[in-house]
Amino acid sequence: MATPAARAAKSSSRESSASRAPVGGSSRENSRAAPAARFRFHHRAAMRLRVATGSPAALKVVAAARSAAAPVQLCWAEPGEPPPSPLCPPWAPALQLESGAVLFSPNAICQYFFLRRGQQPTDLTAQWLEWEATELQPAALAALYARLVHGRTGAEAAAALGGALGHIERSLAGRGTAYLAGDAESVADVVVWGTLFPVLRDEAVPVAELLQSWFRSMTRSEACRSAADTVLLPQRLQEFTACLQKLPPPRPLPGTAAGCEEDDVSERALTEEDVAAAVDAWNRGAAALPKPWRPPKPVLPVEGMRNVLITSALPYVNNVPHLGNIIGCVLSADAFARYSRLRNWNTLYVCGTDEYGTATETKAVEEGLTPRQICDKYHAVHADIYRWFDISFDCFGRTTTPQQTAISQDIFQRLQARGFVLQDTVQQLHCAGCQRFLADRFVEGICPFCAYQEARGDQCDKCGKLINAVELKTPRCKLCGGSPAVQPTRHLFLDLPKLEERLQPWLENCWATGNWTANARYITRSWIRDGLRPRCITRDLQWGTPVPLDGFRDKVFYVWFDAPIGYLSITANYTEHWERWWKNPQQVELYNFMAKDNVPFHSVVFPCSLLGADDNYTLVNHLIATEYLNYEDGKFSKSRGVGVFGDMAKDTGIAADVWRFYLLYVRPEGQDSAFSWGDLMLKNNSELLNNLGNFINRAGMFVCKFFGGAVPPMALTPDDHRLLARVTAELRQYHRLLERVRIRDALRCVLNISRHGNQYIQVNEPWKRIKGGEEDRQRAGTVTGVAVNVAALLAVLVQPYMPAVGAAIQAQLCLPPECAVLSHIFTCTLPPGHRVGTVSPLFQKLESERIDALRKRFGGGQAKPPNLPAQSDPPSAPGAAPPDPGRIRELTARVAEQGDRVRQLKASGADGARVDGEVGKLLALKRELTLAQNATLASAGSEGKK
Amino acid sequence: MAAGAGPFRPGASPGKMAAAARLGPVGDELALLEKALGLQSGNKYGAQGERQVPVLQTNNGPGLTGLITIASYLVKQAKKEQLLGSSAEEKAVVHQWLEYRVTQVDRQSSREDTRTVLKHLNAHLEDKVYFAGNSFTLADILMYYGLHHVMVDLTVQEKEIYLNVSRWFNHIQHYPGVRQHLTNVVFIKNRLYTNAH
Repeated sequence: MATPAARAAKSSSRESSASRAPVGGSSRENSRAAPAARFRFHHRAAMRLRVATGSPAALKVVAAARSAAAPVQLCWAEPGEPPPSPLCPPWAPALQLESGAVLFSPNAICQYFFLRRGQQPTDLTAQWLEWEATELQPAALAALYARLVHGRTGAEAAAALGGALGHIERSLAGRGTAYLAGDAESVADVVVWGTLFPVLRDEAVPVAELLQSWFRSMTRSEACRSAADTVLLPQRLQEFTACLQKLPPPRPLPGTAAGCEEDDVSERALTEEDVAAAVDAWNRGAAALPKPWRPPKPVLPVEGMRNVLITSALPYVNNVPHLGNIIGCVLSADAFARYSRLRNWNTLYVCGTDEYGTATETKAVEEGLTPRQICDKYHAVHADIYRWFDISFDCFGRTTTPQQTAISQDIFQRLQARGFVLQDTVQQLHCAGCQRFLADRFVEGICPFCAYQEARGDQCDKCGKLINAVELKTPRCKLCGGSPAVQPTRHLFLDLPKLEERLQPWLENCWATGNWTANARYITRSWIRDGLRPRCITRDLQWGTPVPLDGFRDKVFYVWFDAPIGYLSITANYTEHWERWWKNPQQVELYNFMAKDNVPFHSVVFPCSLLGADDNYTLVNHLIATEYLNYEDGKFSKSRGVGVFGDMAKDTGIAADVWRFYLLYVRPEGQDSAFSWGDLMLKNNSELLNNLGNFINRAGMFVCKFFGGAVPPMALTPDDHRLLARVTAELRQYHRLLERVRIRDALRCVLNISRHGNQYIQVNEPWKRIKGGEEDRQRAGTVTGVAVNVAALLAVLVQPYMPAVGAAIQAQLCLPPECAVLSHIFTCTLPPGHRVGTVSPLFQKLESERIDALRKRFGGGQAKPPNLPAQSDPPSAPGAAPPDPGRIRELTARVAEQGDRVRQLKASGADGARVDGEVGKLLALKRELTLAQNATLASAGSEGKK
Repeated sequence: MAAGAGPFRPGASPGKMAAAARLGPVGDELALLEKALGLQSGNKYGAQGERQVPVLQTNNGPGLTGLITIASYLVKQAKKEQLLGSSAEEKAVVHQWLEYRVTQVDRQSSREDTRTVLKHLNAHLEDKVYFAGNSFTLADILMYYGLHHVMVDLTVQEKEIYLNVSRWFNHIQHYPGVRQHLTNVVFIKNRLYTNAH
């Protein structure tokens, strides 16, 4: 499991194949055979209609073909099959005409079917088709996206259609006809129906009367009904969703409620009540804040408190995590854990390295160490990286412990006793020399497809096809070189189909009450829809948890069964009372953080294990999955040396908090995002330095410079009251978002507060008023006092994101430790007379030269040096600077110029000292040039020197 | 490849003049089309909604909405139905390109989108004289109007990259009655960058 890490880079292909794999083969074939057969009745089926499974436009073209009785041959394009024309997006239908021409626009295809039958377009049909293409389609796509990808209800999703549905209703009413373009069905009806049907098929969508009756009569027509049966079979619906997911999220249309949630509070008008409440809260002072909860160690659930248990997916031990892995799990979970603690929720955050499995064994063979030594080595690497990133684990453990063995075996035995474990025989390669069954990656042989000599046991490097190790021709054992033989071996399987009846009600309840990201719900739903099958839980390996069952004692548990149990065993290493966290669903709320490739193991497989073991386990309540983070324009790749890996981040000289800030700022929340050096620089300079840092520094400096370091007395005016209300509104939004674990969005609220603060200072100009009369001086005092209190609030709000910066602000302002707690009110924590400490700048400007150098060093973008191996990337030794062709050109020119000058001087008989001086310059230039060229030669390999 | 990268830009006239000779709101385009079709101007056009969809007020009925719809209506008014295509196939092809014009060309929001559109069109025009093959149709006229502001801004290099589009565009702008007051985009005959890619 827990390698969101390693897999993040490999990204979507894996995810989609996982969600597609188990589509029931036979029923799919049958459903396709039927329509094709219908078309073959025609004498001539020269036109080919190619439809991609899951295409949103498939329905209308199939319906139009049937409605106009067009002699077409329907072909389903397989996912990934290239379109017949470059103009044709892969998901769009395409019609190949007798002449060979290809129509790729769905409406033109529909129009053509009717034209063939002699039905000419009219002004009205043309108008409907144009309206459908420009207005209805984008709206319907947005509605489907909301419904299928974001999991909104049918009625909510249909809100995106609002105006379009009204338009149809009004047209039907205005013309008084039964169909859109007259009294008979036309291409307009079919096209509009085809786009609406996937949205309106949901009975819950409220629809006006005329539209309803038109829609029903269309849906009942033979052509439309059979098209819907063909295109929108239940299993197709899921491909439909998969297809939608690949499209960029639709831009929200103006005037619809779909896109605009209550996210942006800054522009909302403040009411009198808001202002009054904010003033009241301000006046209550620090006494109004709850007392910070500092739990005794070890942290255990407390009766009557909100007990929050947080896990982040266990990183696989032998990979060094890259930035995508870090934001995907540990950093996201850390920001939330810190928030949770600041809210006085009793919080435990556990994580650790996932250490068992073939990959560790392979690595051990490679490095000539034992698996245990490998794990010790890399566990330390991981722990160092997370320490540098300031990840606040309560416990960062590992899975290779006696507790892991005890708990895994117990869960297994309970499953076994309750009849949820099956046995089956599989064929596997066995090496007589090594006395063991060989995992796929321990075998090599001749590829059965392309006859490549050195195909690996799971995949051929030459043709790329996936291979079953037993299919390899003349297989070789990679360990001893011997020839393994196919032998049957017994394995244990977890009976997921039988467990499904326990899973379903649990999931329903969990989704109704818990906070799952949309991708987590979607991936889970598609797994279950595909049908659960028994899953093998044992492996013929040594490095793992032994299976406590006769006949299987030489085997170990498969990592995905074993690894999630790591959360429990790591907690058991932390405290002997671990069961108070893990067998206590009444008191404990469990949050799982991960990248989306890990979802099925946490939402289906592991819950099934725990439900089957039936021991009152704490199951996940909130499943928070990120999308993927890309690096510049591509992907992180260890082998190509592209991207920043955890152990290199500190070598950049950029502070850990700046890294944390930027990664959380671009957190792939809801959609993929990208790390970009240029953007990192921009966000550091604009948001951290000029916005947040500038505000806090100014507020603190005014107290020091103008008021001798003591907060001045304040007499608040209505303007100040409004600022309090604005800050309070942002603060509430911050809580609303973080309670739903929208970490990235909540960060915007923090930055908005300091923006309000900057504006407040700018408008009130305390630095000018301080030089004015008594009244002005008093005003300067009030503004400074309010501003420094906003800064004090920010010190706490930034803590989940930038703990060291939060602590620094707290120290500079001498904010009392009991104020380091989050509540829903903004109150005066630094009263008049409070003395602040030494105020100094919090952030540094990042210069573009430095960023360019970093971009070059880590690859990516245009500046990427090809195939730069990651390991040979020493941290900024000055001599190892990459060669710069511009510099070489410049120096060559200067050497030539200086040479000319020397020759001229000599020829003109100038005095010796002067000539010597110029010759000295020439020699110096030549030395510089040689240096610059050597850099080139060194990096170009063994090219000869001239 | 970025705009302005070329050593000189003979195609685009200096800024102000070019601006004056560009297409304004969509109603202007319909006025141009009326003229190109030889119709007496006299229709009034409105615009609807955020996208400024053109509306034609007719004497009878609720009027027509949408560029394709109105343009097709005007063609029929001018009794030049052949511009909508002669065979069923050609009609569908014309329809397809008109739709491409309003859904793709008009909706490009970035340079990236524009480049994709040009790339597609360039591929399509590789073996064709006009959009619908061998006959000049409404698709050519509206594509020309729709792409004019794009072509005006292309650098010499870009015009060479999208060679087929350039050839077609040059051809259409010389088609009698189409260009009218719009800037003539200059295409040079000798290739400057023979290995442009």
